[in-house]
Amino acid sequence: MNLTLKVWRQKDSDSKGKMETYVVSDIPEEASFLEMLDIVNNQLIESGGDPITFDHDCREGICGSCSLTINGVPHGKGKGITTCQLHMRKFSDGETIYIEPFRAKPFPILKDLMVDRSSFDRVIESGGYVSVRTGSAVDANSMPIEKDDADTAFDAATCIGCGACVASCKNASAMLFVSAKVKHLNSLPQGAPEKTKRVVNMVNQMDKEGFGNCTNQYECEAVCPKSIKAEFISDLNRQYGTAIVKDAIS
Amino acid sequence: MSQKVLDSSGPSLLQSPVSLKKIKEITDKKISSTPESKIPSGPIDSKWEKHKMDSALINPANRRKFTAIVVGSGLAGGSAAATLSELGYKVKCFCYQDSPRRAHSIAAQGGINAAKNYQNDGDSVYRLFYDTIKGGDFRSREANVHRLAEVSTNIIDQCVAQGVPFAREYGGLLDNRSFGGAQVKRTFYARGQTGQQLLLGAYQALQKEISNGGVEMHPRTEMLDLVLVGGHAKGIIARNMVTGEITSHAADCVILATGGYGNVFYLSTNAKGCNVMSAYRAHKKGAYFSNPCYTQIHPTCIPVSGDYQSKLTLMSESLRNDGRIWVPKSPGDVGKAASEIAEADRDYYLERKYPSFGNLAPRDIASRSAKEVCDAGLGIGNSGLGVYLDFADSINQFGKDTIASRYGNLFQMYEKITGEDPYSQPMRIYPAVHYTMGGLWVDYNLMSNVPGLHVLGEANFSDHGANRLGASALMQGLADGYFVISATLPNYLVNESPGTISTEMPEFREAEENVRTRISKFLSINGKRSVDSFHRELGLLVWDKCGMSRNRSGLQEALKKIPQIREEFWDNLCVPGESNNINQELEKAGRVADFMDFAELLCHDALDREESCGGHFREEYQFTKDDPEVASGYTNEGEAKRRDDEYAYVAAWERDDAGKLDLKKEWLKFENVKLATRSYK
Repeated sequence: MNLTLKVWRQKDSDSKGKMETYVVSDIPEEASFLEMLDIVNNQLIESGGDPITFDHDCREGICGSCSLTINGVPHGKGKGITTCQLHMRKFSDGETIYIEPFRAKPFPILKDLMVDRSSFDRVIESGGYVSVRTGSAVDANSMPIEKDDADTAFDAATCIGCGACVASCKNASAMLFVSAKVKHLNSLPQGAPEKTKRVVNMVNQMDKEGFGNCTNQYECEAVCPKSIKAEFISDLNRQYGTAIVKDAIS
Repeated sequence: MSQKVLDSSGPSLLQSPVSLKKIKEITDKKISSTPESKIPSGPIDSKWEKHKMDSALINPANRRKFTAIVVGSGLAGGSAAATLSELGYKVKCFCYQDSPRRAHSIAAQGGINAAKNYQNDGDSVYRLFYDTIKGGDFRSREANVHRLAEVSTNIIDQCVAQGVPFAREYGGLLDNRSFGGAQVKRTFYARGQTGQQLLLGAYQALQKEISNGGVEMHPRTEMLDLVLVGGHAKGIIARNMVTGEITSHAADCVILATGGYGNVFYLSTNAKGCNVMSAYRAHKKGAYFSNPCYTQIHPTCIPVSGDYQSKLTLMSESLRNDGRIWVPKSPGDVGKAASEIAEADRDYYLERKYPSFGNLAPRDIASRSAKEVCDAGLGIGNSGLGVYLDFADSINQFGKDTIASRYGNLFQMYEKITGEDPYSQPMRIYPAVHYTMGGLWVDYNLMSNVPGLHVLGEANFSDHGANRLGASALMQGLADGYFVISATLPNYLVNESPGTISTEMPEFREAEENVRTRISKFLSINGKRSVDSFHRELGLLVWDKCGMSRNRSGLQEALKKIPQIREEFWDNLCVPGESNNINQELEKAGRVADFMDFAELLCHDALDREESCGGHFREEYQFTKDDPEVASGYTNEGEAKRRDDEYAYVAAWERDDAGKLDLKKEWLKFENVKLATRSYK
């Protein structure tokens, strides 16, 4: 395959970036999108150029490292995939492909296509856990959990923290990410004691990091590699509302 | 399963080991004293309790005076950092990823074993212990493995309490499945994402401790060297991968949980960033490296499709519960579509060779069998390096929906990568490097021979012997991190005065200087070839000569070629850019440089171990039709042949400053399980 790539290049977070054009040839269509970038980088290196920086690690759609906006869509075209699971057979010969980083203020660009998503870690730090000390757990089967609840918790827990939801949202909202963690832990009896504190603290931290609010466009659900449902967001709003009211009354 | 015990140390060697003499001279090996494993005395089932009772304690008020460095934030590192912080120690945790949640433990699919016996199918701590010893082909320590089986039950309790959403039955209780090499259902799972869910549990515990102020987290920070003060591990030199800053970090002890070395083969199921650098740096500073030749080749991966390929993708072994593995019986059928090959013309070779285990035979056996049929010209797919994993029978029996609920995400993943639909045509699979059983040598306290240096998870050698059973890696990582290190670390710390180490010490200055020199060297070679091109060349060689099966002349050839590749690497490498900002090529250069040296150690160990066991198959040592075990029908021709009298030891390699290797042997004692030839017939 022969392709024209328009790639965002930016030296560091303080520099201005711009789109650069690369004409590439002989890309096998079985290659993954990141393998295509590997081929380009190898050619750049061996011809004295500067390779394109991008985040990636597991390359099997689970670690959440890869983070490109491809032709305007986080993780590119295709349902339920990360960039590393996108294959070149989905493109056509001669196509021009625009490759940009995830674009959102709470995800500052570090270099080229690499962004800083540590804001997500700080949101989890604010309450996205169950406070159980190692060694203090009871027997795992002493607390039966209805299968439906367990399945819902699992559906929410599959979030890989990639940030595509934020990158796809015009408000740079992280509410899909936050609602998934709240749904996961608050659906389970283990998460119940910290339920209220969790939802309030996580939402507050989300606001503090500069993420916007949800205006029901569902772009996040459309790009989520794990197809996490936007209905979790309404549940988050409900839980947050209840928590705030409870707090006001007490 | 037969429990018959056979003496497998037969004399029927195809070649005399005399030709090894030269290599032995080169490596200047001396058989040195046995490393002290510190295994507690007493019966196997009370050793760990006794050890905990005999271990030192540090009172809660004093714990906060001690600082532990934890390198790696996967299941072992993340759980250790969180647990030590909960106990009151100060922890500094490092990972190269942008968040600790992305460590490669996340990619484990199938499950985690635990001897809960919730299924009432005869499981017990002892059976898990026995299966692990046997599965490891009798090359692991009984005491360590028994401890692992004991704490396995606590792990499940802990993870469930954290909110890990394991699969459940309609009654609300936890579900289990059986997994490669086991005849009981003891594997807990969270669809095909068990590693992810367990890691998120450990990550969330870690974030909780960060929020409590007990853990100082350093993401996007790579350890580049270990610092010894007075012979004790007291700190590390690290590089901030964003600013390029080189910094020293002092502590009272160092814990490495940096995973395995599978990427020495370039193509593996590991994440791209996985590397051996921390472990190899420690090895260069005196830590013994054990059993590097025990590498696990996973039988169910998607076959290689081209030379641009950057990694291999594992399809969970759980697929073997419902998938049947086959190839055409006749080479004439090889080019045909699977649907055109009649049932009678298919060879379900695992079911044929191992009737009682069938498609669930242990990984090493399943992998080697796939290689055998492909070597015989029966492999399928364009490359001829593939076998079918067929779900047609299961779909007929249980329905498509049931199969989709069990493996939906795996089928989807396969379809994305290959463009083929596994519901309507069989999957193509081939073995790939997956896990490495070898690692830094540790004693029962998980401390290496370098005082203060502790090693957890895949980075140590300790529990899996020559072959790891499915769903046991997650168990070991979490056992080490949640339950073992917290109990054993005080045994070292109690003799140390906390807070006496400063990064102003000359040892730190010197180590920093060495790190800077090495970085400048990479940037100043200005050659023509990229890091990846060298890595790929090295990987192909190691896969070819030291992969699924090995032989003396191949290993000797590899040992001749590796220094040539390394020489060109240091002469013709091209690392563009600078060191004071993000430079991914520079990061890779450091890792590949250590893989170059490590590959040699790997091949030396494989050459030295003149037997076949587990993940190490030496072609010279296999059962032939002349062996009584084959004649009696106990095992098959071509199966791995151990030589217990000469090799029932842990190889612990010491490297001196000049790079000379010295082999130390820790002889394994089997007091509870009798040494037997594995038979999965």
